[in-house]
Amino acid sequence: MTELWNALLAPDLPFLRYALITGLLASIAFGVIGTFVVVRRISYIAGAISHCVLAGIGGGLYLQNVVGISWITPVRGAVLVALLAALLLAQVSKNGDQREDSIIGALWAGGMSIGFLFIAVTPGYFDPMSYLFGNILLISKEDIYFVIALDGVILFVVGIFYNKLVALCFDEEYTQLRGVHTHWLYLLLLCLTALTIVLLVRIVGIIMVIALLTLPAAIAGHTASGIRQMMLFATLFSALFIITGLGVSFSFDLPSGSVIILLAAACYLFSLVFKGKRSRN
Amino acid sequence: MNHAAIQIRDLCYSYDDISVLTDVHLDIFPEDSATIVGPNGGGKTTLVKLILGLVSPDKGTVRVYGNPPEQERIRIGYVPQYARYDAQFPISVFEVVCMGRLGNSLSGRYTAHDKELALASLDAVNLADLSQRPFAALSGGQRQRVLIARALAAQGDILILDEPTASLDQQAEQQLFTLLSELNKKMIILMVTHEIGVSPTFFQRIICVNNRVHLHPTSELTGALLRDMYGSDLRMIRHDHRCSTEGHKYD
Repeated sequence: MTELWNALLAPDLPFLRYALITGLLASIAFGVIGTFVVVRRISYIAGAISHCVLAGIGGGLYLQNVVGISWITPVRGAVLVALLAALLLAQVSKNGDQREDSIIGALWAGGMSIGFLFIAVTPGYFDPMSYLFGNILLISKEDIYFVIALDGVILFVVGIFYNKLVALCFDEEYTQLRGVHTHWLYLLLLCLTALTIVLLVRIVGIIMVIALLTLPAAIAGHTASGIRQMMLFATLFSALFIITGLGVSFSFDLPSGSVIILLAAACYLFSLVFKGKRSRN
Repeated sequence: MNHAAIQIRDLCYSYDDISVLTDVHLDIFPEDSATIVGPNGGGKTTLVKLILGLVSPDKGTVRVYGNPPEQERIRIGYVPQYARYDAQFPISVFEVVCMGRLGNSLSGRYTAHDKELALASLDAVNLADLSQRPFAALSGGQRQRVLIARALAAQGDILILDEPTASLDQQAEQQLFTLLSELNKKMIILMVTHEIGVSPTFFQRIICVNNRVHLHPTSELTGALLRDMYGSDLRMIRHDHRCSTEGHKYD
């Protein structure tokens, strides 16, 4: 434990501090957006967006290193592709007659394939493992500003449109009948989800994003009596998993993403069993 | 001059190549009340969706107060079937009813007036004391009444209910019909049902939907009509039908 404190305070080891601060600040985004993803049941859409992110990262690397467009960084590529995927998925949901799950599957695998191809044709060595499973060494000071900005945007938008967003998740058809432009609102929700996912990829990686986005909210959903409370609990759970996970992974020299997700999954299973017991009594 | 609140002309609708509704011609007037009846797959729900503007006709027109339904749908209160809701959604009864007030402002924030209307609507369906309960904790019949309260809070000119009696007990059903007949003094009531036998006395007309749409005053409900609609002989359960002295009021 003292070792961890020393590491946190050590001036030559900024990455652990950055990871912790980013993780704590990001918990707000995860808690709020994760709640919407869980109650609207769109975790597979979140999964498709997260896997598409690799196409953006690979494309960014390629355009930056091979084509020589210096302002396209992997992060910017990831943001762009995540937003494009959100746009496409919102359109599919609007038309309604396509098989949504087939399109989710196509985006999911297609996005990853494009990403790997770009990484393969980019000279130099880029370890895709860091993107797939997360690597806290990748978190920079810039990420902290990115998280603060994203938290601000999410709290602002959700603060204003809270009632409409809740209604959209509860009963989209009825919300539309009240004259709300549900298509645009859903697109807004998916775009916020996409940005949160890009952020999350830095911490736990593409493959485990869905877990950290949905597990804290799902656990919170077992006890919360309203959406606001669920968001608050989900934020607290998310922060708890990230702090504990980072601490454990540092102390035992284990991959941080996996430790965080395992903690979350274990707590989720525990809460399921607990809930099952309680509802039987 | 046609004063119909809902006017449907030469309407055809099909899913893929299967025709659901053919040559529908229908006028619903202010202060009308009608049950929409017909067999499963006959097109009852599709007819409602067309009136709400949730789907567009292949041919023909739907007009609500003279305009396309999308423009006037805020004036329609709609009660869907309760069964399609996520039982785990953490939301209180009061919040569900407040949704009837959405769309009155850009942000969707509820004013004090909105909340008063929501409470008054809950009171009208005798659920005011459950307003802070989780929606998911209610029984099927109670949830159905919450959805009715939500439609009432919207204060429209037309109320459309999709099989609202499906999970109500006898007493709640009687209360609902008393409430509907009271509401019918100031708004149009359209109720989808498959239980034609329990059609209560206050409905003035029956809209029979089985690909084609026919209108009848309730007094004309006979065995021949049922056979025509359902395609086989049925035993009709007669309740206390009031015979309208006016017959086809709007022909």
